[in-house]
Amino acid sequence: MARPPRLNRRILIQGAIGAAGSSFLPWRAYAQGKRGGVLMVAADTDPAHWNGAILASNGVFFVSSKVLEPLADQAFGGNGLKPVLATSWTPAADGRSITFQLRSGVKWHDGKDFTSADVAFSAMEIWKKLQNFGRVLFKDLEAVETPNATTAIFRFSKPIPSQLIVNALPAVSTVVPKHLYENTDAAQPTHPQNQKPVGTGPYTFAEHKRGEFVRLERNPNYWAPNQPLVDRILYRKMADKGAVAAAHESGDIHLSCFSAVSTPDAIRLGKVKGLEVTAKGYEGILYTATVEINHRRKELADLRVRRAIRHAIDPKFMLDTVFNGFGSIATGPVPASGAPFYTTDVPQYAFDPARAEALLDEAGYKKGADGNRFALKLLPAPFFEQTRLTGDYLRQALRRIGIDVQIESNDAPGHLNKVYKDHAFDLAVAALVYRNDPAISTTVLYRSGTPAGAFFTNQYGYADPEMDKLIDQAASEINDAERTKLYVAFQKKVMSDLPIIPLVDFPFLSVVSEKVVNHHNTPRWPCSSWADVSLA
Amino acid sequence: MSASPDRRRGAAGLFAGRAFVLARRRLAQALPVILLVLVGNFLLLKLAPGDAVDAYIAAIGGGDAGLVAKLRADYGLDQPAIVQLGLYLWKILRLDLGQSLSLGQPVLTLILERLPNTLLLMASSISLAFGLGIALGVAAARRAGRPEDTAIITLGLIVYATPGFWLGLMLIVIFAVKLAWLPVSGIETIASTLTGFERILDIARHLVLPTVSLALVYVAIYMRLMRAGMLEVYGLDFVRTAKAKGLTDDRIAYRHVLPNAILPMVTMLGLQFGTLLGGSVVIESVFSIPGIGRLAYESVIGRDLNLLLGIVFISALLVITVNLIVDLLYARLDPRIESA
Repeated sequence: MARPPRLNRRILIQGAIGAAGSSFLPWRAYAQGKRGGVLMVAADTDPAHWNGAILASNGVFFVSSKVLEPLADQAFGGNGLKPVLATSWTPAADGRSITFQLRSGVKWHDGKDFTSADVAFSAMEIWKKLQNFGRVLFKDLEAVETPNATTAIFRFSKPIPSQLIVNALPAVSTVVPKHLYENTDAAQPTHPQNQKPVGTGPYTFAEHKRGEFVRLERNPNYWAPNQPLVDRILYRKMADKGAVAAAHESGDIHLSCFSAVSTPDAIRLGKVKGLEVTAKGYEGILYTATVEINHRRKELADLRVRRAIRHAIDPKFMLDTVFNGFGSIATGPVPASGAPFYTTDVPQYAFDPARAEALLDEAGYKKGADGNRFALKLLPAPFFEQTRLTGDYLRQALRRIGIDVQIESNDAPGHLNKVYKDHAFDLAVAALVYRNDPAISTTVLYRSGTPAGAFFTNQYGYADPEMDKLIDQAASEINDAERTKLYVAFQKKVMSDLPIIPLVDFPFLSVVSEKVVNHHNTPRWPCSSWADVSLA
Repeated sequence: MSASPDRRRGAAGLFAGRAFVLARRRLAQALPVILLVLVGNFLLLKLAPGDAVDAYIAAIGGGDAGLVAKLRADYGLDQPAIVQLGLYLWKILRLDLGQSLSLGQPVLTLILERLPNTLLLMASSISLAFGLGIALGVAAARRAGRPEDTAIITLGLIVYATPGFWLGLMLIVIFAVKLAWLPVSGIETIASTLTGFERILDIARHLVLPTVSLALVYVAIYMRLMRAGMLEVYGLDFVRTAKAKGLTDDRIAYRHVLPNAILPMVTMLGLQFGTLLGGSVVIESVFSIPGIGRLAYESVIGRDLNLLLGIVFISALLVITVNLIVDLLYARLDPRIESA
C-alpha cells in the first residue's frame, strides 16, 4: 500500500488544537505539485454577487478569494498572517495610521497595473461604505494617502488598535480595481464587475451559470512564480447533501467544503478508498456552539440558574455524539486557535447534575409534584445540523435537573427575528463565529446597548457595567500587550458571569479526493487563494 | 346539442370555434385566480417572520444597523405592506416582474433560465408516468383477480409509498455510483463544448434518473386509475354486445374499452400538472437540476417576494394554459362533452 496514511479523526482534532501553537507545520505544505487538470468542487451557495470586498462572507470568499485578493491572509505559525497584496504593514506609535508596503509588478486580469490607488479606492469607497464588517471597522478611517504606487498610508481620525485592523485583514481587505468601479454604483449586485470580477488572483473569473456552475481559469500572469498549478476550477452547485456524497463516491467531484455532506456521510466517506475527511483548514473560521440566554426571564437572570445549566451539560458527551468528535470543548468565548488572546485561566464548570440541582434549590426553584422546577422555550438555530442536535441534547440534559424544555424550530429569518429582534425565546442554541479578533464579532455578544434587531449581538437583556467597561477599554487600547491583557480579563469575566454559555468549538468538514495536493494548509483554507493546489 | 351556427362549418370549424369560446372563458376566469394567488402568496410570505434583508444579512454572517436600514430603503421594504403590494401589482400590470433581492438578478431572467429545465423534466416524467400507467393499468385490468394483477397492484403500492427523494438517491447510488452507467447529477455536463446531437444525447442521459424518480409515484396513480376505469367500462352493455358479436379480446380491450376508460386519465393529467411543478423541488435538489421548483424554495427561504411572486405568476399561467389544453382534448376525445 503506497497510499499515504489517512488521517483519522483524533489526529485531525489534535492537529486543530496544535495549530494554536506557533510551531505547527502546515500539513503537506511542501509537497511538489504538477501543472494542469480541472479541480471539481461542490458549492451550495449562489450569492447575489461575487464581490468579496462588499460581501465579506464565507460563501462568497469560497469562490471570490481565488479571483480577488486581500492585503494579507491567515497562515499557520508566525504572527498568523502571510503577506498577499501587501508585503508589510507598520502601525504608527500613536495609533493614528498604518503604512502598507504593496507588492510591485502585480497586474489586474485585464492587464492594468495594480497600484496603491486601488487600495485607497477599495478602503474609502468599498470597505468603509459598503462592506458588512468594514462599515464598523473602518468608520474612523479618514483618508488613505498614496505617496507612491506601492505605498498606502491609512490615516484614522482617532487612535485605533492596529492589532485589530491587522487581525481583520484576511476578511475585510479584499482589493478591487479602481478603474472598473470609479464613478459607478458599486453596491449594485448587477454591476458587471460584481457579477464577473476582475482581480489580481491566481484564477480569472470565466463563467457563471446561475444555479449550475462557476468556472475559473488559470491566470497565466499571476505574480507568484510557478503558480497557480491547476488549469481550471469548476464549482458545481449542489443543494442536496446526499447528492454531494454520491458525487464524491462516483469521482465526479474532488472536493467539498463547509460540511457540504452530513457528518454521518462524511465519516462513511472517510473510509472510502481514495477519499479523506478533514476538519483542518477551518481553524480561523471556527464556530462555537453556544447556549444563548434571555435574561429577561427572572429565573435566567439569576447567576445560580445559569451556572446550574452549565453544570447540567456534558460538553464531552456532546463532542462525541452531536459533533462526532470533530471539534473541541470550548473554555470560553475565544477558541483555542485564537492566539494571542486565548487563555485557559478561566472559571471551569464540571459536568455535575447534583451540583446543578443544589444550585437550583438554593436559588429557590424547588421541584414541583411533576418533577419540574420551571419550563423554558428553546430555539435551536436552523443553520447547522449540529445546533439542532445540540437543542435535542439540551432538552434531555436540562429535564434531568428539573427544567422542562420545549423546543421551537423556525427557518433562518424566523429564528433570527424571534431571538435577536422580538426576544421571543428563553434559551437558544447558536453557532457563533470567532473572526480572528474578539473585537470583530465576539464582544458585540456581551456589550449592552445594541438596538433590537441587530443579529448576532447581545440581544439577551444582559447588561453589566463592568463588562461594558472592559469591552470599551479594549476597543480603544492601542498597545497590543495591554489590549491582549484586557481580552484575557474579558474571557474570565464571561466565564464567571455566563451571560451566554460557550460549549463546543467546531469546524466544518471537508471531503477531499487524494488526487488533490496541497490542501487545507491555511487556517481559513476554503476562503484562501488555492494558488498552490495541484492535482496528482 | 341543438342546432348551432358551428354545425355548418364542419368538424374542424366546430373544434376551432369551441377552442376560441373556451379560451376566452378560461381567460376571464383566470384573471381573478391569478390576482388571488398573487395576493395570497404576498400575505403568506409577509406573515412569515423576517424579510428579505434579514435573510440576506443572515447569509452574509451579519451587518450593522446602518447597513440593514440602507438595504430596506433600497428595496422599498421600509414601506407599509399594502403600499408594497400595490406597487407590485402595478408593476405586474406592466409585465414587469422586478428584481430578485436575494440573487441580484431580474426575476424574468432567472425564471426564463430555469423554466426550460423544469418543463423538460416535467414533460418527460409525465409522458413516462402516463404511458407506463396506461400500459400497466390495461394489463392489470385484463387479468383482474389473477396473480399478475395482484403483482402489478402491489408493486404500484410499494412505489407509491416510496418517497421520491429516497428513490432518487437510491437510483443515484445504484446506477451512477456503483454501476457508473449514468451521470450523478446536473442537467448536462457542465462547462462542456458539446453541440447539436451530442448535446441532446448528453442531456437525455442526465434526464433518465430524475425522470424515473419523479414519474414512478405517478405511475402508480395512473395505473390504478386506468385499471378502475377499464373494469368499469368492461361491465357496460356495449361491451357485452361486442363480446356477443364474437370480437376478439384484444379488439374489445383496445378498440372499445380503452378509449372509453381514458377520459378520467386526462382529467388527472391536468390536475397532476400543478402537483408535478411542486414535486420537482425535491427531485431538482437531489439531482442538482437548476429548475423552477428549487428557485421557488430558495425564494421562500430568502423571503424574496419579487422572485416568489414572479414564479407563482408564471406557474399560474402555465397551469391555466395546460388545463385549457386538457379541456380542449376532452372535447376531442368525447364529442358528447361540449365546451362545458
